[in-house]
Amino acid sequence: MLSGLIVLAVVLAAACVAGFGMRRRGGRFRDASRRVAAPGAVLTAADLGAPLGRRATLVQFSTEFCAYCGPARELLAEVAGSRDGVVLIEIDAAGRLDLARRLNVLSTPTILVLAPDGSITRRTSGLPRKSDVLAAVGSVLNGGAP
Amino acid sequence: MNIDPRGARFGAAITSVVLAIVLVTQSGWLLLAQTLVFAIGALGGLRYAPYGFVYRYLVRPRLGPPSRTEPEAPPRFAQGVGMVIAAIGAIGFAAGITAMGIVFTALALTAAFLNAAFDFCLGCQMYLLIQRIRPAA
Repeated sequence: MLSGLIVLAVVLAAACVAGFGMRRRGGRFRDASRRVAAPGAVLTAADLGAPLGRRATLVQFSTEFCAYCGPARELLAEVAGSRDGVVLIEIDAAGRLDLARRLNVLSTPTILVLAPDGSITRRTSGLPRKSDVLAAVGSVLNGGAP
Repeated sequence: MNIDPRGARFGAAITSVVLAIVLVTQSGWLLLAQTLVFAIGALGGLRYAPYGFVYRYLVRPRLGPPSRTEPEAPPRFAQGVGMVIAAIGAIGFAAGITAMGIVFTALALTAAFLNAAFDFCLGCQMYLLIQRIRPAA
């Protein structure tokens, strides 16, 4: 009884910390350019199975059991559609485990922003805000400066 | 098939309360009952999920139609993950290994609570992790 109450309190506290942490950080793009030297930090059309965008490429890793992949796809498609030379490539992570392992994709949706040469400049997991997607794409369109 | 996402979160809230009671009472029977609830949703489909009936007949008539719907597959997969975790916990309680029962109940409660309180589907995220730990072909 007492041990159960203690475990209950710990579980609820830990879940609240995790939940508020994900609310704060989820969908916020991080600078991925410091990882440029790491293997796999540059993606080619052959890696992605589709041609890169002329000015920027959005890559979304999804699965069929992913609650936020649909809303994320709609948002990214809208941004890609409104910017000339920007394309969205969606990848089934379970079908491309080689790529998921190489890029250490652990959760879905994971979203990458690629420069024209395929180098990964921004990365996030979770459902981003539209303003954050626009800022991440804008940083690539404006020459990579954050 | 699409579902009313408010119904899924309502179900997660009921599940959280049930699993919290399991933790405090350490009742293997109640955890077995919750395992069956998970199993019906996962194997039969969410339209047969027991807590979904409560939502449809008692809650939804007061809320009106949903502003958006969601695909059924992710929450249904998560019910399957819950079923496996809860079943292991129920075996733990039945075998007298109370720590095992508590740990797996705590895992299931974490997922149900994150779903109810933060609309985050932890069970859904298990899919890719399970795929990834399989040996590379």
